[in-house]
Amino acid sequence: MTSIGTGYDLSASTYSPDGRIFQVEYANKAVENSGTAIGLRVKDGVVFAVEKLVHSKLLVPGANRRIQSVDRHIGLATAGLLADGRNISNRARAEANDFRELHRSGIPLKEMTSRIGQYVQVYTLYSSVRPFGISTIVGGVDKDGPSLYIIEPSGVYFGYHGAAVGKGRQLAKTELEKLKLQEMSTREAVLEAARIIYLVHDDAKEKEFELEMSWIGDETNGLHLAVPKDLLDEAEQKAKEALETFE
Amino acid sequence: MDHFPTNWGRPRNDAYDAYGTHPIPQRPYNGHQDAFADAVQRTQQPIVTGTSVLAIKYKDGIMMAADNLASYGSLARFKDVQRLHPVGQYTVLGAGGDMSDFQYIQHMLEQLSIDEFTCQDGHNLGPAEIHEYMSHVMYARRSKMNPLWNSLIVGGYKDGKRFLSYVDLLGTTYSASTLATGYGAYIAQPLLRKAVEGREDVLTEEEARKIIEDSMRVLFYRDARSLNKFQIATVTSVGVNISESIQLDTSWSFAEGIRGYGAQTQ
Amino acid sequence: MPDMTSLAHPQQRSFNPYSENGGTILAIAGADFSVIAGDTRQSEGYSIQTRYAPKVFRLTDRAVLAVNGFAADGNMFVKKVKQRLEWYRHAHSKDMPLRAIARLIQTMLYARRFFPYYVYNILGGIEEDGTGAVYSFDPVGSYEREACRAAGAAQSLVQPFLDNQIYFKNQTPALGTSHPAHLPLPTVLSIVIDSFTSATERHIEVGDGLEMYVVLAKGRNLQGLEGVRGMQELTVTDDGERVFVVRRDLKKD
Repeated sequence: MTSIGTGYDLSASTYSPDGRIFQVEYANKAVENSGTAIGLRVKDGVVFAVEKLVHSKLLVPGANRRIQSVDRHIGLATAGLLADGRNISNRARAEANDFRELHRSGIPLKEMTSRIGQYVQVYTLYSSVRPFGISTIVGGVDKDGPSLYIIEPSGVYFGYHGAAVGKGRQLAKTELEKLKLQEMSTREAVLEAARIIYLVHDDAKEKEFELEMSWIGDETNGLHLAVPKDLLDEAEQKAKEALETFE
Repeated sequence: MDHFPTNWGRPRNDAYDAYGTHPIPQRPYNGHQDAFADAVQRTQQPIVTGTSVLAIKYKDGIMMAADNLASYGSLARFKDVQRLHPVGQYTVLGAGGDMSDFQYIQHMLEQLSIDEFTCQDGHNLGPAEIHEYMSHVMYARRSKMNPLWNSLIVGGYKDGKRFLSYVDLLGTTYSASTLATGYGAYIAQPLLRKAVEGREDVLTEEEARKIIEDSMRVLFYRDARSLNKFQIATVTSVGVNISESIQLDTSWSFAEGIRGYGAQTQ
Repeated sequence: MPDMTSLAHPQQRSFNPYSENGGTILAIAGADFSVIAGDTRQSEGYSIQTRYAPKVFRLTDRAVLAVNGFAADGNMFVKKVKQRLEWYRHAHSKDMPLRAIARLIQTMLYARRFFPYYVYNILGGIEEDGTGAVYSFDPVGSYEREACRAAGAAQSLVQPFLDNQIYFKNQTPALGTSHPAHLPLPTVLSIVIDSFTSATERHIEVGDGLEMYVVLAKGRNLQGLEGVRGMQELTVTDDGERVFVVRRDLKKD
């Protein structure tokens, strides 16, 4: 942390002499501390999975969702500060509504990502605000088929076949790379996604976690929906079995 | 705090920079506005209109019908317009009156459905909720002296219950086992009541369809702004079904004998 | 049906935000009870819109409100009164007293003095001193407490009848006797039923169904209400006033 004490890390509106914005880099740290979130773009759709770390046994199961629906055809998962994730999803919904109002059709994924990206980037320009402490995975199906993007705290975004953010992203990415995502169905992807979340979860360091999953594709009629209970149970069951035979 | 990012880093108000030393690009003004600053234009009459909507309750749910005509005054302007609109999984909305206002209502309900969908809270809007919502919208607009010029019938089936209710441009609401808007209120409603009242729980779908078709035929004979091409919607435990357009067989041979229509005698 | 207007001249049309939906309401106060009634027909012009649209509403266990005039305004007004009563309950953990509801209704009506609710209100129930009461209002909030009042389409038919039967107008008591100050409940119910059957005969906008709400003072026994056909109790709390509704058919022609 060479930045500390230099004074260049106090505001997002000031560069350090070597051209960095430390506040944005700190925001990335907030993301790295969060439970892993992954997204899989497959043949006919997109699957999201989140390792939701449960910080208290007193919480109601299913509380504090980290996957949200933005429109009928778009889902979004975040890693980082929970409240920032909700702010982003609210903004994304407003953008989806605006687009519908103007064009009388659903917003394309690319456009949605660009608008969220712009919104996030604005928060890196001013001393009066703090950058978003989240990385956002946006995915869905539009007229060009399925797509998947990550938007980082700096506002940059890239499209992916497989996306991973948060604590276990490195291991998750190596696992994602082994998959033949373009030949996979959403149903198969649900099983793989669950397996990866269970794999990257470090139960030495973290206690409890909840697996939160959603999908969109041919099986959901192009709607972004939570993965049905029976399929989720099956996926969790298989994930646990795979964990025992791993390595 | 100003939550609009593009306003950040700029003077909040012209008063802070009274002499214009800082170039202020145009941006939305959110402050106080005089209600009478500009003249206001409002719908004072419907333009492109749809005529009657009919609806009845029957054994398995509800049935609704409306023809496919949108008139421009006495001109039969659009002959392939759908005036029955599904809302969610349990509801059909039928509209008479101004068709542009109806389209606006459709978009409003689309927005509402998406907002409900994105909540993912396990609740689904049923016909009762949609009717309540529409009645508030219609009443609010009439109270602004800027009405949505429609007569609407909301019909549906949810949790084993049938629902049929009316709302119009004044915000007037009512429900009954038979409903009819426009000319249908004068011509079809008596026929519907005679056929349906007291038999809501025994009428089969076939019987209901016969009642609706007969009423639509009478309307076509007598309502000059109607068309013999219409759709029938049903809402039952199975869900919403809106039929393809139906063409009715009509007979005009009797008209030949009417003085002033057929060949003149005497 | 719309009038045929000449197209030869330019026309100016303005939107009329009001309508008139027929029907009649009435209320009579007894010594320790109150009866509030209304028919259930809703009409516009010569058309019956529905045979069952309630015009009488239970507000609390001791207050019942009847609304008549423009149905959309009426329903919205009742909704807003109920909302205010709920807020009162949340703030004070009790139901609002009848005379306070009456004043509330006046304020709410007068707030819309320049775009009025086109509605005649009659509020009936039990006062805090245990007496039966009726308050009647005009559309902009003028109100007074009375012993009886009819309003709506058949007001001109029913009110003179009530004046004669309740206030004993144009009646002279037999020598050495006097008119009773208050009538017993069974008599009042008969008068209400007769009022509506008669109004149904003579007024086209009245008919289909009758709903009579009866509010009994705290501690009063059912005396005269037991065994009444079509009665149903609507009381929510069990240690105060009691509310009942009696439903009857009226002629549907």
